[in-house]
Amino acid sequence: MIWNPEYESMPRRELEALQLERLRRLLARLAERVPFYRERFAAQKITPEKIRDLAQLQELPFTTKDDLRENYPFGLFAAPMDEVVRIHASSGTTGKMTVVGYTKNDVAIWAEVMARTLSCAGATAKDVIQVAYGYGLFTGGLGVHYGAERIGATVVPISGGNTKRQLTVMRDFGTTILACTPSYALYMAETAREEGMDLRGLRLKAGVFGAEPWSEEMRREIQEKLGLLAIDIYGLSEIIGPGVASECECQNGLHVNEDHFLVEVIDPVTGQRLPYGEKGELVFTTLTKEAFPLLRYRTRDIGILYPEPCPCGRTLIRMSRILGRTDDMLIIRGVNVFPSQIEAVLLAIGGVEPHYQIIVDRERNLDELEIWVEVSEGIFSDEVKRLEELERKIRVEIESTLGIHARVKLVEPKTIARREGKAKRVIDRREVYAVRPGP
Amino acid sequence: MKVKQISVFLENKSGRLAKVARVLGEQGINIRALSIADTTDFGILRLIVSDPDRALATLKAEGMTVSPTEVIAVRIPDRPGGLAGALGLLEEAGINIEYMYAFVTKAADDAVVVFRVEDLDRAISILAEKGINLLAGEEVYRL
Repeated sequence: MIWNPEYESMPRRELEALQLERLRRLLARLAERVPFYRERFAAQKITPEKIRDLAQLQELPFTTKDDLRENYPFGLFAAPMDEVVRIHASSGTTGKMTVVGYTKNDVAIWAEVMARTLSCAGATAKDVIQVAYGYGLFTGGLGVHYGAERIGATVVPISGGNTKRQLTVMRDFGTTILACTPSYALYMAETAREEGMDLRGLRLKAGVFGAEPWSEEMRREIQEKLGLLAIDIYGLSEIIGPGVASECECQNGLHVNEDHFLVEVIDPVTGQRLPYGEKGELVFTTLTKEAFPLLRYRTRDIGILYPEPCPCGRTLIRMSRILGRTDDMLIIRGVNVFPSQIEAVLLAIGGVEPHYQIIVDRERNLDELEIWVEVSEGIFSDEVKRLEELERKIRVEIESTLGIHARVKLVEPKTIARREGKAKRVIDRREVYAVRPGP
Repeated sequence: MKVKQISVFLENKSGRLAKVARVLGEQGINIRALSIADTTDFGILRLIVSDPDRALATLKAEGMTVSPTEVIAVRIPDRPGGLAGALGLLEEAGINIEYMYAFVTKAADDAVVVFRVEDLDRAISILAEKGINLLAGEEVYRL
């Protein structure tokens, strides 16, 4: 079902005209309200009024995660705080969070694009939607929540965790649509099996899964074990949260809500725009956001754009699954984790640069983060309690910085393999990124 | 009256302890006493050896994490209640024992107990004052 055919199935020519009009309005807003953009336009001799063609977008500067950090927390806001009704945040590369804001209108747009996403999965007012994404600063929970309410579905805002209760709710409340990370969906299936419960016998019909990369193999497994249609959704808090793009029932790529988010694929090295069908870094421009609009935001996510029409009737362009990252960011249980954050914690505790290795694995469909720290003389003690205290301290600090649990293991020096003197910092055994691009 | 003990960090995996023993053996260093404290992931090996400085350097050269710790060694008559006397004195003085281990000497009519305590100097003076037989480092290394 298409939630808003007027926009989702708009003829391309009309859509592009709308995008241009909105882009011009965005540029005017940025120049008028955000000193960062005003100065950048001035430095690069860009006159927003002269942009009369979408192709000219390529002449405009990018916005990067560093720009967000340098303007922490509210420096890039384009609305006064009395118009900002909501703040969300995700982790940044070096301890500073990435902070985003929404006006009342932004929240309405978010609900609209999430209503489209849920409709892609077949949701209607008759559905019971179990929102098992985390609620809070993370955009997952509230994003799905508002979209589900917009549709008029019954929302169960259970948030993440407490798997047995999730299963009880799923069975007793008759959940028809599940929203969570794909790995958590599999974990629920595993737990259900242990409890002697067959999820395929429940009322589940679809799931909207995102916030982490997953593969076609994983989709097959989820569909088989939960007995539902597994839909891949994409979003990032910088752009709006979930709702940026979503697969439809055809499961052949994610339709980007282009009337609100203009998408490009660029060569991450040269910054040049790449033609459709080529793999590169996804770049988004928010066309309608008021509080936190971004121009050509570099997501560091790698994907491909497919312009061919989709049998579902939507004219919105499709993007592939996320095929990788241009940086070393890890997504662990839906949480963005940068190795630099872990290094900063270790440095603060040990006082010296430690040799460490981050090992991410998936055990029973749940991401596990393990940190190996080589015991140097500086942190060694002849007393067990001191070393256990050190392990505990690292664990607690990591948990409070990243918001996820880590297992800390003290290892002997030279345990961590070094290549040309440099230790390999991250070992990701999950193989989360799809090998074949699809769709 | 202080004795130098060597502590070695060991991961809980096979062959680690054997390596320490082999390396020391090759250097002609004798192990007088040892104790291991372990958790699920790692262990701390504590050694009293014939030549602590050379042992330290040797193990370090092998890439192991080692550190010297000062402990006290007490000769205790090998009979019931022998240990209780020394422990009682430390308890009265409020000195915490982080850990301890014992070994029997060749003469076998008394035992040597190694104590790792919080307040080393005070423990030494209290025990010495009460006539407890404290061993000097050199005596222990030669045992």
